[in-house]
Amino acid sequence: MSQHTAPDQTETLPDTLPDIGGPAQPLVVCRDLKKHFPIHGGILGRQVATVHAVDGVSFEVRKGETLGVVGESGCGKSTTARLLIGLIAPDEGKIIFDGQQLGEEMSLRELRRGIQMVFQDSYASLNPRLTVEDSIAFGPRINGLDDPRGRAREMMNRVGLEPARFAGRYPHEMSGGQRQRVNIARALAMSPRLVVLDEAVSALDKSVEAQVLNLLNDLRRDLGLTYVFISHDLNVVRYISDRVLVMYLGEVVEVGPVDEVYAAQAHPYTASLFAAMPSMDPDHRTTVPPLSGDPPNPIDPPTGCRFHTRCRYAEDVCASAKPLLRPFGDSTEHCAACHIHDPESGHSLAGSGFLPKGTPQ
Amino acid sequence: MAVAEIELARTPKRRGYWAGVLHRVSGDPVAMVCFVVLMALILSAIFASWLPLQDPYKASMIARLKPIGTEGHLLGTDEQGRDMLARLIYGGRLTLLIGLMPVVVAFFIGSALGIVAGYAGGRTNTIIMRTVDVFFAFPSVLLAIAISGALGAGIVNSLVSLSIVFIPPITRVAESVTSGVRSADYIEAARASGGNALTVMRVHVIGNVLGPIFVYASSLTSVCMILAAGLSFLGVGVKPPEPEWGLMLNTLRSAIYMNPWVAALPGLMIFITSLCLNLLSDGLRSAMNVKD
Repeated sequence: MSQHTAPDQTETLPDTLPDIGGPAQPLVVCRDLKKHFPIHGGILGRQVATVHAVDGVSFEVRKGETLGVVGESGCGKSTTARLLIGLIAPDEGKIIFDGQQLGEEMSLRELRRGIQMVFQDSYASLNPRLTVEDSIAFGPRINGLDDPRGRAREMMNRVGLEPARFAGRYPHEMSGGQRQRVNIARALAMSPRLVVLDEAVSALDKSVEAQVLNLLNDLRRDLGLTYVFISHDLNVVRYISDRVLVMYLGEVVEVGPVDEVYAAQAHPYTASLFAAMPSMDPDHRTTVPPLSGDPPNPIDPPTGCRFHTRCRYAEDVCASAKPLLRPFGDSTEHCAACHIHDPESGHSLAGSGFLPKGTPQ
Repeated sequence: MAVAEIELARTPKRRGYWAGVLHRVSGDPVAMVCFVVLMALILSAIFASWLPLQDPYKASMIARLKPIGTEGHLLGTDEQGRDMLARLIYGGRLTLLIGLMPVVVAFFIGSALGIVAGYAGGRTNTIIMRTVDVFFAFPSVLLAIAISGALGAGIVNSLVSLSIVFIPPITRVAESVTSGVRSADYIEAARASGGNALTVMRVHVIGNVLGPIFVYASSLTSVCMILAAGLSFLGVGVKPPEPEWGLMLNTLRSAIYMNPWVAALPGLMIFITSLCLNLLSDGLRSAMNVKD
């Protein structure tokens, strides 16, 4: 499942931005992205606090891969997605698209041609007063691409919606699965190279979810697309992703090829996240909660390792020093930010090759 | 194949959004009746000079306050013996002008301000909305009187003052509706497609906010007519002997014990007009709502 090279590509969408750096160049590199939201209060509206929504996130998305992003609600997944498609500007950090840095070699307008997004709520993300065809044709039209209507119809065909039947419909006249297909068609009509899927299948029921996932896989294979797939459903992420990125409280705690992370979780948080997955086997019921409590408030995040307040392996060093992402075990791809895997950290388990358990033993 | 044909037949015919609104509103009997009544009022007011009516200014000491159904005066006469039917129809000219024009002007200016404030947010919003709040500090009647008084009496000046009075409430409604729409995912998606603020507002915002603003604005027309009557009464609006419903209502007040039916006629006209306007705008609102 972990193919990193572009799969057999038969065609590309018309007017796709040209490939510049070749297959080895990552499609998107994010360096140390930060986004803090100010909270204003008092009579004068002074800034009283800051929400550290995304706090120093670095990752890369390789050409032709699907990067799964997982984490609890409020961990900064969606803010990262919004930063990636340029809906909000980062306070700090760089976004480099195919070797070109946003704001220097590349304008926001060009970035938006290269990256598109599919939102979670299929109904809220379509204008209730536009027909499906008009919604899909909007992007190509305002970007001056030729024949927006023809494109819209072609994209509808691609996502399995017959244009003759659906083109003139309004969003409320369709089912959730059909609407999400429209959203996918709208994203593809801009001929993007990267599609950010923000919980794109979470709101669909299971059978429809499977159909849409298969559609996404087919589209990626046929059109040489790259996906960033944000989800909280680990089974879905495993099915669709090549690599997986785990976020906690605005930071990346673990990243690696999906099979390696599923086989052995290096970070205690990842381990707990996986332990929280419901088991299909009645003999393996989850009886003890893998983690207790809520994530700390991102207005005032904990010092050192942000997970130390809930981590059962936490020691003094965890509260004082911030762990960095380091390669885990023999793998060069699999990285985690935990003192346990840093022999020089001073943690009592450091360097022992200890694997954190998801549930209390 | 049969299934495909049925599906094809069920697919609604493609038409533009506004053409669809017109189609739906024409199928609404209440809205259509109101539309016909309003058109009749407007047309009779415009073409009053060509209708077989008596002179609305010709007074008569003998024929004062004749009841409804008097020979020669179908709707009776007023306190100066002028024919009520003629005065009501001629009065429609000024009343409809004064009732509708300020609201139409305020609708355009107020919607534009409110949509910009709601969409832009932040400092732009603060500047526009706090300015509007200043106008809210005065009761609307007082504000209209103050502006009319400053500008001087006359129809044009009362049109201007009434327009200014109605801009703040329409701006307020437009702003609140727009800021609700602004945070919707489809606006984000449109921005992510590279749409600039103007394009996104034109294609995605206006169609979704105009309905509620329109309904609110049309409910203001009756208020506007009554305010205009108040201005006339205070001598800063329409001046007698011009026929105008509000002014007629005021001058006929004293006759209410002698001939209540005649005295009530201008009020009835205001009532019918504002009722029809409200019902028609209701019909338009539901026609704009494609979900129903």
